[in-house]
Amino acid sequence: MILNERRDVTAVADDHNASSPLSIHDMTVAYHRRPVLWDIDYAAPEGSLIGIVGPNGAGKSTMIKACLDLVPRASGSVRFHGGTYRAQRRSVGYVPQRESVDWDFPASALDVVAMGCYGRIPWCWPVRRKDREAAREALDRVGMVDYADRQISKLSGGQQQRVFLARALVQDARTYLMDEPFAGVDAATEAAIVTLLRTLRDGGKTVLVVHHDLQTVPEYFDHVVLLNMRIVAAGATAEVFTPENLQKTYGGRLTLLDKAAHVMASGGRR
Amino acid sequence: MVWEWSIDGWILLAGVLSACSCALVGNFLVLRKLSLMGDAISHAVLPGLVIAFIVTNSRASLPMFVGAVIVGVLTAFLTQVITRHGKVEHGAAMGVVFSILFAFGLVLIRRAPGADHVDLDPECVLLGNMMQIGMAGFGGMFPTAITNLLIVMAANILFVGLFYKELRICAFDPELATSLGIPASVMHYALMVMVAITTIASFEAVGSILVIAMLIVPAVTAHLLADRLGAMIFLSLIAAAVSAVMGHVLAMFGPGWLGMKTTVASLAETSPMTAETSAMMAVVAGALLLAAVLFSPEHGLLGRAYHRFALATRIVGQDVLGWLYRGQEAGKHVMMRTEVIRVIGRSWQSRWALRRLQHQGLLDVETHESGEAGLRLTQRGRIQAERVVGSHRLWESYMSEHFDLADDHLHEPANRMEHFITPELQDELRRDVPDATRDPHGKPVPPLNDSLLDDS
Amino acid sequence: MLRILHMRRVLFPAVVLFIGAGEALGDVGGAMDGILEITTWGKIWRALTLVDHTTRVVVIGTTVLGAAAGVVGTFAYLRKRAMLGDALSHATLPGIALAFVILGEKRLGWMTVGAAVTGVLGVLAVLGLRRVPRVKEDAAIGIVLSVFFGAGLVLMSLIQQMGSGEEAGLRSFIYGKAAAMLTNDAWLIGVSAGVVLVCCVLLFKEFRLICFDQSYASSQGWPVGLIDLLMMGLVVLTTVVGLQAVGMILVVALLIVPAAAARFWTDRLGRMTVAAGVFGALSGWLGSTISAVLPRMPTGAVIVLCTGVLFLMSMILSPHRGVLAGLIRRMRLARRVADQHLLRALAEIEESRGEGTRVEESELWKMRSWSAAGFSRVMGRGQRRGWIDGDGRQCRLTATGRTLAKRVLTNHRLWELYLIRYADIAPSHVDRDADEIEHILSEGLVQELRQALAEETTIPPSPHVAGVGI
Repeated sequence: MILNERRDVTAVADDHNASSPLSIHDMTVAYHRRPVLWDIDYAAPEGSLIGIVGPNGAGKSTMIKACLDLVPRASGSVRFHGGTYRAQRRSVGYVPQRESVDWDFPASALDVVAMGCYGRIPWCWPVRRKDREAAREALDRVGMVDYADRQISKLSGGQQQRVFLARALVQDARTYLMDEPFAGVDAATEAAIVTLLRTLRDGGKTVLVVHHDLQTVPEYFDHVVLLNMRIVAAGATAEVFTPENLQKTYGGRLTLLDKAAHVMASGGRR
Repeated sequence: MVWEWSIDGWILLAGVLSACSCALVGNFLVLRKLSLMGDAISHAVLPGLVIAFIVTNSRASLPMFVGAVIVGVLTAFLTQVITRHGKVEHGAAMGVVFSILFAFGLVLIRRAPGADHVDLDPECVLLGNMMQIGMAGFGGMFPTAITNLLIVMAANILFVGLFYKELRICAFDPELATSLGIPASVMHYALMVMVAITTIASFEAVGSILVIAMLIVPAVTAHLLADRLGAMIFLSLIAAAVSAVMGHVLAMFGPGWLGMKTTVASLAETSPMTAETSAMMAVVAGALLLAAVLFSPEHGLLGRAYHRFALATRIVGQDVLGWLYRGQEAGKHVMMRTEVIRVIGRSWQSRWALRRLQHQGLLDVETHESGEAGLRLTQRGRIQAERVVGSHRLWESYMSEHFDLADDHLHEPANRMEHFITPELQDELRRDVPDATRDPHGKPVPPLNDSLLDDS
Repeated sequence: MLRILHMRRVLFPAVVLFIGAGEALGDVGGAMDGILEITTWGKIWRALTLVDHTTRVVVIGTTVLGAAAGVVGTFAYLRKRAMLGDALSHATLPGIALAFVILGEKRLGWMTVGAAVTGVLGVLAVLGLRRVPRVKEDAAIGIVLSVFFGAGLVLMSLIQQMGSGEEAGLRSFIYGKAAAMLTNDAWLIGVSAGVVLVCCVLLFKEFRLICFDQSYASSQGWPVGLIDLLMMGLVVLTTVVGLQAVGMILVVALLIVPAAAARFWTDRLGRMTVAAGVFGALSGWLGSTISAVLPRMPTGAVIVLCTGVLFLMSMILSPHRGVLAGLIRRMRLARRVADQHLLRALAEIEESRGEGTRVEESELWKMRSWSAAGFSRVMGRGQRRGWIDGDGRQCRLTATGRTLAKRVLTNHRLWELYLIRYADIAPSHVDRDADEIEHILSEGLVQELRQALAEETTIPPSPHVAGVGI
């Protein structure tokens, strides 16, 4: 058939692995028409601790946000446990970057963690006692229960990060997406977070973590996604985290992609 | 209303002068994201005016001017103090400062000793008194307001001219400026002083509403149209002047054109209504901005909509060319129009794209014996098509070379990219992919053929 | 000659304009002066007991308005939408004027509706303009504010020439004229305030969520746009019913200032909301009462000044975030640092020369960069507290002083060691960093440091001497 180069687009629309906790198909994301993520295809293995690694501006955070419908996708689709995000919202926990909020907000650590319960409370209902108990428990799991009533701006960076983690924990999700949880935290917090992530994984949860420190990748993660606008390589850390792949991800070989993105941003004007 | 140059000329001059002075400093306010500072200062100077009036017990210009400038700078200072020591967000801090100062001014006006404090009506603060300037100049006198405005205009031009480079770097990156030895905070306060001076001088003539409008609106209008600071300033001055002139003309004649007549009882005859000039200037400035938002070639809504349409048309056209080319490869030189339409979708855009291709001489339409229209690539069409298909296959090669992608995941991205690969990018792709004659599926990559390229 | 005639025609409305504005700024006190000749104390008593009907309506109306504005303002403030309220209130003017033009008479209900319509349009215009590339939020607010208000003034100047004489009444919306408040207006304010308060209580959780972390809220499936719309709707409602009382220029102050003042007193959102409501109500009550008692006091402006006073007091006096508390904290810290420097200097001298050594004060002075006055202050303090005894030339540690000094030295050395071991700082740089933090080390932290460094309770040796030297 002469037209074999052209495939029917609708036929592949549900090209997802239903058993995967997170399956991304052919996802492209553009800011102001300039693509920052190209044709991402990925299926996360269940019950693993996955690091998303790449240079600055590689679109790591964007990838997570696009999965959560926080930034619009130009194309492609995302499935959590075989369903759309909207349907599976309860089973997905999200930990945004620490800088994304104003920490001077009048709220205690417990208030922030309790926000993780809001999804279970109907509209116009106040936060219930059992939700506050759940929040306190989650704070305990991250070792922050002593700081429950402290105003959030009076916590250190690491403590703030733990509060965010506790907020995700209280949701009791199956899959967690975390945006740079190790950014700007002290060594003790980093160790505590890693222990927590491992506990989650051992409990059968899937955890995807945007990470920027290459040195700790082999130690922390079972799986790794090397990202630089596209997925350069993805798989078990031992196989994928090779100097050659890192060179591809971080080396300057991908200038063409950048140029192409620029052309698309200008709408192909010449 | 009768237009009389000896009066309206002065009004126009006052309007243009104050609008242009405001727009000049307004550029830097807008770029430094301090637009609301102009709003705050122009409200907050009220107590300065009143205190100066109470102290000197006269409406002499100089003391009031000094009082207002002091309070104006104080506004900027207090805002910073509250932001820093009270940890209040900048916008809110500004709101706190200016509203309290303005309220203070209102109370002072009512409590001011002296019977004629009606002169200091807050109404003057809002609208100014354009007509009075015209009256003062009636009969060839030179109104003092005009003198003041001229001085301020000159001061502003001098300020921007002398500190152009410092202002530019402070607007762009205050921290960089400080590290280069240009004290950004000094420049900040200098700018605030200029804003206060401009505000007060324009006040008397055109009122605070026009001051706020002219500080912000022409600069934003210009920013939508210009990519360089110099051009932006120039355009903002033009926008300001046009708003001033059009504003006065419309204020004088606009209501009359709409058939509105005054029915003031004390006058026997009726005459067309006039509107407040300074308010109308603000409205015209807003209309100019709206025009820029809609029609700016690069950032305008219409421009972008047109661009999207042109892009979509081009993509459909290139899809048709690629389609026909692949048909030729398989030995099928003519394709039915209905068949092509079925693939690219039945829409007026598809029909438009086909007609355009034919018009550009890239496509021949021949009628078959069955009565159906058949499409065939012309020589030039074939060259264009080669480029599109070449881009597609080169991109696939590039992708499979550099990324860990399954072969069946190559096609969709390439299908999208083929429309965006410029000749230069194609050259680079050819260099980057070592064996550029076949794509990953084994299809030949059409060779480079530049001989007949004449349009894109 | 013809021109002079025209000039008169132009000037005439201007005169009306002045009188109108003068009326708009009228006040309760002035109105009452004509009715009763009473003493000031009598006036105050009558204002406080709300005997007069007019005063009662105005005071209750402004108090309730202040409470509602304070509560809903808290959320607008925390959502960083404070100045949007300014654009909103200015954008109501064309609506008010249009309603008048269409109806041909002053009907408060319809004018309020008109105000709400163009007010919402103004907010939408700001939100729309923000999406245009290169237009920043602050510019969008300024544009809407000035252009909408300009359009309103154009309409007003036309209404003025219609000759109905009603235009002055419209001007009261710009500067506010609480004295003109009727029972019906007060009811309108009361009902609106009730709606605002009920909504804020019911939607407290939702408002808190989107104010704190919008992207998390939408990742949790909350319709952020809808909640935002509800919040802005409440702000519009409060603004529109507040226009008559405080005027469109100042109504934004009722939204921002009580909220900003309340933020100084508490770190919890619930308490802050209540505090802002109380501050708003207090300002409304105080302001209207003052203007009822004193002549020539425009009610709206006085209310705003009351919020200003509350803000100023909060900013200065608040125990946690206040300027005064901060100043005292800094002074105490500086004093503590100076004391500890002195003690440590003496301890270090004793360490090398033996306990009980007398030290020349001039020698001590040179060890730190003290100013002369600062040095004599710190020496005086040390003597008063019984840490050192000296005769003005020489001094030495007392027993109490020695215990303290040893503890200070221990903390300092522990911290230095911690920095060296765990933060990879070259020993020569340690002294400075240790200086800054050791003064605020708590007892618990020192214990933790000890554990981390597994040292005994004695003073660890100086890393400068042991390692690289000074």
